[in-house]
Amino acid sequence: MSEGQIDEGLRAELQRQGIWVTSMQELYNWGRKNSIWPLQFGLACCAIEMIAAAASRYDIARFGGEVFRPSPRQADLMIVAGTVTKKMAPQIVRLYNQMPDPKYVISMGACAISGGPFKQGYNVLKGIDRYIPVDVYIPGCPPRPEALLHAFMELQRKIDSQKLSGENKAEFLKPEQPSEFPVPEFGEHDLNPPANPKTYRPPKLERA
Amino acid sequence: METLEQIKNRAELAVRGAKIDIVPNPGPSQQSSLLIDNEHAVEVAKFLRDHPALNFDFCSNATGVDWLDRVVKKTTKVKQVVDGVEKEIDQTSEEKIPGYLEAVYHLYSIQLKHGPLIIRMRTANRGDGARLPSLTPVWRSAELQEREIFDLYGIRFDGHPDLRRILMWDEFVDHPMRKDYVQPDDFEWEPTPHDQVLERAKQHYPPRPQLDGAEKIAGQSQS
Repeated sequence: MSEGQIDEGLRAELQRQGIWVTSMQELYNWGRKNSIWPLQFGLACCAIEMIAAAASRYDIARFGGEVFRPSPRQADLMIVAGTVTKKMAPQIVRLYNQMPDPKYVISMGACAISGGPFKQGYNVLKGIDRYIPVDVYIPGCPPRPEALLHAFMELQRKIDSQKLSGENKAEFLKPEQPSEFPVPEFGEHDLNPPANPKTYRPPKLERA
Repeated sequence: METLEQIKNRAELAVRGAKIDIVPNPGPSQQSSLLIDNEHAVEVAKFLRDHPALNFDFCSNATGVDWLDRVVKKTTKVKQVVDGVEKEIDQTSEEKIPGYLEAVYHLYSIQLKHGPLIIRMRTANRGDGARLPSLTPVWRSAELQEREIFDLYGIRFDGHPDLRRILMWDEFVDHPMRKDYVQPDDFEWEPTPHDQVLERAKQHYPPRPQLDGAEKIAGQSQS
């Protein structure tokens, strides 16, 4: 049994007797995962699906994610919803840097993952993970609101499993882990650097 | 709408010295266009906008075209005296046509419900001479589109009120829609490359000795 955890059988028995036992970590993560505030931030057609997910039919409020914040200082989650052009990429990294820890990123749709149909174009970034770390990827062009809700639930699962102490504690609690990433500069031909060399590993080339 | 010939004659009569050519389009769309000389372009545009029978009050679209240098081969029959006998000999001559950039405008008349009239302007060359008069003072709707042409093709519009890049950043130096634009070498894995992308992919694939040079490798392993 790891630190900060209680035996499941004992806990069920206690609960039956009217005693609710929890740990700081569970309480903390329970609160965090049910009040994820996304940054109000859309880039292309995926943003329309994100709006649909926030509206009454799909209703992301059921999962505690309806508080779209207009300021990165108040946001926990950045949903990169749409095509990231090279002109927009520095602003996205800057917004990410301005978000307080713990912060999460959902890369929504083919464009935000890899550039999508515009991958071989001259002004589209081939995936936002070249500059900032991504927690959940949603494929689709654009993904349906259900897919965004699924990604949201996956993110909740991830938050729930993050440890607050010990060796395997969450990344954002480790002081040596960077929470800000260098903002690329506009170069004469491309962004400079074209990807963050410290964090980005290009996919292995395979012959089609 | 009047025919292109009529419009051309009207404009040439109204604007002294204007030189207008008809660029035919033999394709299915049959949308031939008027090629206007740069010196009188603004005056001709004003005439097209203001003449009561034409009244092209709306410029719906402005775009650019890049024409590279090209070589046209011509064969002509020439009579030559060979060994005292006159013979007809095919002589091939190559004509080099220097490249230029083009701006194309699509005009409509909302008042008279006709259009489109397509007008073009050509730059002197693809380098320093890539300048054209701006038609933004005539049609305000051309402002952003002329900025886009400037951004992607590199045509400078004289008389444009605010000529800046619009899609790419200011520090960018290339013009990506030009045919000789070279992209940064940033190919990444593509699941189904084809055509130009396949050519780019081939340059980045790791060597595959068992297939690409099988005989050589086999020979080495035996010896």
